[in-house]
Amino acid sequence: MHVPDGFLDAPTSVATGAVAAGTVALALRGARRELDERTAPLAGLTAAFVFAVQMVNFPVGAGTSGHLIGGALTAVLVGPWTAVLCMTVVLLVQAVLFADGGLTALGTNVTLMGLVAVAAGYGVFRLLVRLLPRTRSGVLGAAGAGAFLSVPAAALAFVGLFAAGGVADVPLGTVLAAMGGIHLLIGIGEAVITVAVLTAVLSVRPDLVHGARHLRRPADLATRPGLRAEGALR
Amino acid sequence: MSGTATSGTATSGSATRSRRAFWIAGLVVTLLVAGFVSYYASAHPDGLEWAAGESGFADTARDSAVAGSPLADYGVEGVDDGRLSGGLAGVIGVAVTLVLAGGLTLVLRRRTGTADRD
Repeated sequence: MHVPDGFLDAPTSVATGAVAAGTVALALRGARRELDERTAPLAGLTAAFVFAVQMVNFPVGAGTSGHLIGGALTAVLVGPWTAVLCMTVVLLVQAVLFADGGLTALGTNVTLMGLVAVAAGYGVFRLLVRLLPRTRSGVLGAAGAGAFLSVPAAALAFVGLFAAGGVADVPLGTVLAAMGGIHLLIGIGEAVITVAVLTAVLSVRPDLVHGARHLRRPADLATRPGLRAEGALR
Repeated sequence: MSGTATSGTATSGSATRSRRAFWIAGLVVTLLVAGFVSYYASAHPDGLEWAAGESGFADTARDSAVAGSPLADYGVEGVDDGRLSGGLAGVIGVAVTLVLAGGLTLVLRRRTGTADRD
């Protein structure tokens, strides 16, 4: 889903650049509340892991491929604000070092994969975590649904940007149908990978998963001395 | 790896060791994916490229200003073996991402004082 240079006009790219910069500024503040001595090293590792898995395109049929975006996975693992920062670093490294995604489209890609995919994925996750049973399966189901929907959400956001500032004069309905359809398929892969990775992490270190904090036993919660909660659970 | 959600009575020493083991295992998996598994990635166009072709705007894409960089398109310039070139590029990308994201999150983290020994 990495948008190259040239698809969107300059005003749209400037606007998404501003949205991306504002989002990162907010995330720099928000992530302070999510990161402590235990979770900070995991956040760096999560970003590196997303970079690695994004290299592995999987076939989705009809001569097309897709790869993990990782917005939902990262948000569930390390928290949504930290996820914005992790995704931004991944996209920056890809654009600058590997020419994957345009340089003038960096703001667009951060907006689509760092903001929309994270917000949609984590929003759906939080909603479903409240509705589903408070079990590991509930967390996995919520994360899978969030991951699945995060991909078409980002694809639809691209179509919105294309409607506002697409350089080519092509029928918007065609773009919408093609982008929406293929990214529903890619979303299935996103959900499978997200659930597989979370299953692995939850089986060895459930305490490190931001989105599974509510699964801790009540006895643990009772020991929480206010704001030092995270520190007390090591 | 014995460390599950621990009670407040667990010693922070063993929890720290378990965290470190988890982190190292995660890094090994990450390097294997970027350095080895990535060779087997599908080379088909991704969803956006495909949709751009279907809708007729693929030709508006322009080369990135860094399209000629030594790591462009996940290969290392001058390394002819495809498996080695892509694997090296992946490992370099993992290292750079880890340093940037890890450094940023370490700077931003809450320092919880004497209770932390790692």
